[in-house]
Amino acid sequence: MSNRKQRGHPYIPNMVPEVQAQMLAEIGVTDIDELYSDIPEHLRFKGKMNLPQPLSSEYALTRHIDQILSKNKTCQEYTSFLGGGCWQHYVPAICDEINHRAEFLTAYAGEPYEDHGRFQALFEYESMMGELLDMDVVNVPTFDWAQAASTSIRMAERITGRSEALVCRTVSPGRLAVIRNYCHPAMVVNLVGSCPETGRMNMEDLNAKLSSETAAVYFENPSYLGFIEDQGQAIADIAHQNGSICIVGVDPISLGVLSPPSHYGADMVCGDIQALGMHMQYGGGQAGFIATHDDERFVMQYPSRLFGITKTAVDGEWGFGDVAYARTSFAQREEGNEFVGTAAALWGITAGVFLALMGPMGMQELGRLIMQKSQYAMKQLSELNGIQTPLFQAAHFKEFVVDLNATGKSVREINRALLEKGIFGGKDLSTEFSDLNNTALYCVTEIHTKEDIDKLAQALADILS
Amino acid sequence: MNSGVRNFHQAKWDEPIIFELSKAGERGILVPEIEAEIETTIGDGLSVLPENMRRKHAPALPELGQMQVLKHYLRLSQQNLGADLNVDIGQGTCTMKYSPKINEKFAASAKLTELHPFQDEETVQGILEILYHLDLFLREISGMDRFSLQPASGSQAILAMASILQAYHSSRGESEKRDELITTTFSHPSDAAAAAVKGYNVITLYQNEDGLPDLEALKAAVSDRTAGLFITNPEDTGIFNPLIAEFTGVVHDAGGLCGYDQANANGILGITRAREAGFDLCFFNLHKTFSAPHGCGGPASGALGVTEQLAPFLPVPLVEYDGKKYRLNYDVPQSIGKVRDFYGSIPVMMKAYAWIRSLGSEGLKNVARTAVLNNNYLFKKVLQIRGASAPYAKGRHRIEQVRYSWENLTNETGITTEDVTHRMVDFGFHMWSSHHPFIVPEPFTLEPTESYAKAELDEYIAGLQMVSREAYENPDRLKNAPHNSVVHKIDDSWLDDPQKWAVTWRAYLKKHKRDE
Repeated sequence: MSNRKQRGHPYIPNMVPEVQAQMLAEIGVTDIDELYSDIPEHLRFKGKMNLPQPLSSEYALTRHIDQILSKNKTCQEYTSFLGGGCWQHYVPAICDEINHRAEFLTAYAGEPYEDHGRFQALFEYESMMGELLDMDVVNVPTFDWAQAASTSIRMAERITGRSEALVCRTVSPGRLAVIRNYCHPAMVVNLVGSCPETGRMNMEDLNAKLSSETAAVYFENPSYLGFIEDQGQAIADIAHQNGSICIVGVDPISLGVLSPPSHYGADMVCGDIQALGMHMQYGGGQAGFIATHDDERFVMQYPSRLFGITKTAVDGEWGFGDVAYARTSFAQREEGNEFVGTAAALWGITAGVFLALMGPMGMQELGRLIMQKSQYAMKQLSELNGIQTPLFQAAHFKEFVVDLNATGKSVREINRALLEKGIFGGKDLSTEFSDLNNTALYCVTEIHTKEDIDKLAQALADILS
Repeated sequence: MNSGVRNFHQAKWDEPIIFELSKAGERGILVPEIEAEIETTIGDGLSVLPENMRRKHAPALPELGQMQVLKHYLRLSQQNLGADLNVDIGQGTCTMKYSPKINEKFAASAKLTELHPFQDEETVQGILEILYHLDLFLREISGMDRFSLQPASGSQAILAMASILQAYHSSRGESEKRDELITTTFSHPSDAAAAAVKGYNVITLYQNEDGLPDLEALKAAVSDRTAGLFITNPEDTGIFNPLIAEFTGVVHDAGGLCGYDQANANGILGITRAREAGFDLCFFNLHKTFSAPHGCGGPASGALGVTEQLAPFLPVPLVEYDGKKYRLNYDVPQSIGKVRDFYGSIPVMMKAYAWIRSLGSEGLKNVARTAVLNNNYLFKKVLQIRGASAPYAKGRHRIEQVRYSWENLTNETGITTEDVTHRMVDFGFHMWSSHHPFIVPEPFTLEPTESYAKAELDEYIAGLQMVSREAYENPDRLKNAPHNSVVHKIDDSWLDDPQKWAVTWRAYLKKHKRDE
C-alpha cells in the first residue's frame, strides 16, 4: 500500500515527480494546488470520495470485471425469442473489425482533412441507407429510433406550422414515452386506434382525428407487434389531403423484401439501425436514422449533421463537408433546429459496413429467410393447444403476438418455465397494451435454426401439457 | 523531427466511393440457408405479402467481395486520425483522453454484447450490478443523490434536465409561468438548444472582462418566470467561476432550479462538486471525463445526477438493489418518462465503470491534478508563441483547458484560425474550429487532459510555433494547406446550395453526373 502513490498510474504519464517539478517550474508555481487558486475554500470538497480501492493492475481489474460479467446469462447461452426494438441478428465479423479500429473508435469531431475517412464512411452509410429506403437524404445517426421518430415529428411541426401529431396506438410503448416527452409542451400527441383483428390502423378513427392542427401522422411498418400495415398509401393520401406529413417508422432489415415507405407515400422515414451489424448490448447498440426526399423544405429542418460530397482543389479528389450547417444548433444555439451533438456515429459506420457486405442479394435473401423462419415458428406454435398465433390476421415480419389466454397459464409463469429449459420466451405485452393481456411478442430471425424453433414448440407443449 | 515536428504524411489511398467499387454478382457475406423442411412447409415465405408491400426491385446497394469491403474500410480508417494516433489536445472542450484497451475488451465480451434488454432480471444481474455501482460512484464524485444513466449524450442529458425542470415546476403548478431558462454564452450550445426544444425562452448571459458570466446580469435576469439555470463551470474558457454558489443561490431565491453541465469535469474530479456549489442537477459525459472513446461522435452517455428532491422525476427505469437482487424499477409515478429507448449506451457505462475502478478516489484526483498541470504548462508555452493570446483573466491560472485566440496573428498576417487548423494537419495534429459564435475572435481551444506525456505536449507546441513562424514568413504555405493530408482544400460551394448539395451518392449522380 505504501508505495501505491510512487507507482503512478499507467493512464497518467506526467505523474513522474521529476517531470512534474520541471513543468511546475516552467509555469512558475511550486505546487499543483496553486493552480486551483480560483476555487474558493468553501467550494472545495473536503471529504473523501467513498470509492472502492483501485484495481490499478490490469490483471486485477480483469478478474473483477470478469467475475461480475459471469453472472449474466446471454442469448448465446440461452435461446432467445425476444425482440421489440432490439433484435438478435448475426453480426458479420468485419462489422466488429471496423468499429474496433482505433482510428474510428477514438476519433471525434475532426475536420474533413485529417478525418476524411470518417466523413467518407458516414457519407457512404447515408448513401447505402438511401438505396435501401429509396430516398435521397439520410442523416448522420441520431440516438435511436425513438429520437428519430421524435425529431421527425418536430420537423413536421416546423414545416407545417401545426402542433399536433397523430400516432398509431400500436407503436412501441417505449418509443411513445420518448416521443411524448420530446414533444411536450410544443405539441399534442394523440393516438389513432387500430383494428383488433388485423392490427391495421383504424381509418375511420384517423379521419375523425385529423384536423387543421395535424402536423404529422406516424405509424410503424412492420409494426412493433410484428404485423405489416398494408394501408400505407391510403394513410399517406389522407394525411396529404389534410396538409399533414406522413412519417413511417421502419425496421430497415425488412427492406430487402418489403416495400420501403417511400413507395407508399411516406414523406419522412425513420427507424433504428441496430439490426444492421450492431450487437444487442443490452439495448446499447441502438442508433436512429431519418430519411427524406431531397426537398429543401425538409432538408433545412433537420437538426442532424448531413455529410455531403464535394470536390477539392485537386481534380478527381473527393471532399466532404456539412450540408447546410447554418441550420444546426452548433451554428445558432437555440435558434437552430432542436439540437445536435454526439449521438451514435460509430454505429452508422458499422451499418454501412453491414450493407456493403450484404449487397442487394444479401438483403433480399435475409429478408426472405426471416419471413420463412418466423412463419414456420408461427405455424409450429399455433398447432399447440391453447395457443393462438399470430393474434393479428395479417402478414408479419420477424415478430408476432402469441395469445396465451386459453392456456390457463400467465405469460409470466410460462416464461419462468421456459427459462428453466434454457429459453428466453417472448416479451410480455400484458402491461403495455390493455387489450393484449396475457399475450407475448415473439421474435424469430435468421439466427434461429429449425432446431431452435422446434425446441421452443416442444418446451411450450411440455409446459402446457 | 527537425523543429520538433514530424515530417508527417497521412495515408492517402485515393479511395473511390464504395459504389464505384461495385461489381455485379460479388458477395460480401452469405446468410444461412433455409432448412429444406421449413421451405417445404412454408414455401418462399413471400407469398403471404400483400402485393403492394412486396419490394419490386432489389435495393441498389454496392456488390463487393468480403476482402474488398474490408480493404475499403481499412483504407478509410487509415484516412482518419483518432486519439490513439495523434496528440489529440486540439479538440478542447471534448476531453480527448486515453481510452484503455482493456475496457474495450470488457465491452466486447459476449457476456455483455449478447444481452437483450428485455431478459428476465435474474439473467442480467451482472450488468445491473455494474449500472447500480456506477450510479453509486457518480454520487460520490458529484455529491448528488441519484443518477439516471439513460441519456445517451450530454445533449440528451440537457434535454432530460429541461424535462425534469418542467415536471418539477408543473408539480407545483408553476410550469406555465416559469418559461425562462438562463444559460451563458460559454456554455455548450445544447444548454440553450435542448432547453428550447422543451419550449423554454432562453436567456443568455454574456461574459464580463474576466470571461465569466456576470452575477449582476443574472440578478437582473431572474424573476418568477425563471425555470432554472444551466451553466458550465469552468466554462469553455477554462476559468473557474468562484461565485458559482452565489449564482445558484440567486436562482434558488427566485424559485428556479440549477443544472450543472459537467460534460467535461476533468479538472475538478475530487476537488469541487456539484453539491457544494448548490446545484440540483448535473451530468457527466462518460465518453469524455470517464474515458470511453468518442467513436467519431457516439455512442455516448450523459449520466444525469439529481438531488433527493428531484429523484422522483428521473426517467424510467431506475436500477434498484434490495441487498440481494438488482432490479429495474418502472414504478416512478412522477417520472418524465423516457428520453432514450431501453437503458442507455451500455458499453459506454461498462468502460466508465472499469475506468473508475482502475483509478479509485486518489487516482481520480490525480487525473484532475495532472490535467490541470498539463493545461497550465501548455498555457504558459502557448502564450509565448507570436500571434497567440488568451483573452480574459490575465495572469490567472486555468483549470483543464484554455480558449485562446489567433486575433493578433490574423491582424498581423491575415492568417485565420481556419488556416491554422488546415496546416496543423500537416504535422499529424488536429485542431478544431467549432466554437460558434466566435465571441473570442479567431478562437482555438486546447485541452491536454492527463493522458499526454510532456514530450507530446512539447511536440504540439512545436507545431503551433512552426505555424506561427510560417504565418509571418511564408503565409502562402498556410493559405494553401493542407499539403500532407488525405485531401486538399475542399470546395464548399456545393454544401449550401440546394441545387448542388448531395447527401447521398444517388443525389450526387442525379445532380452532377448528368453534367459530365
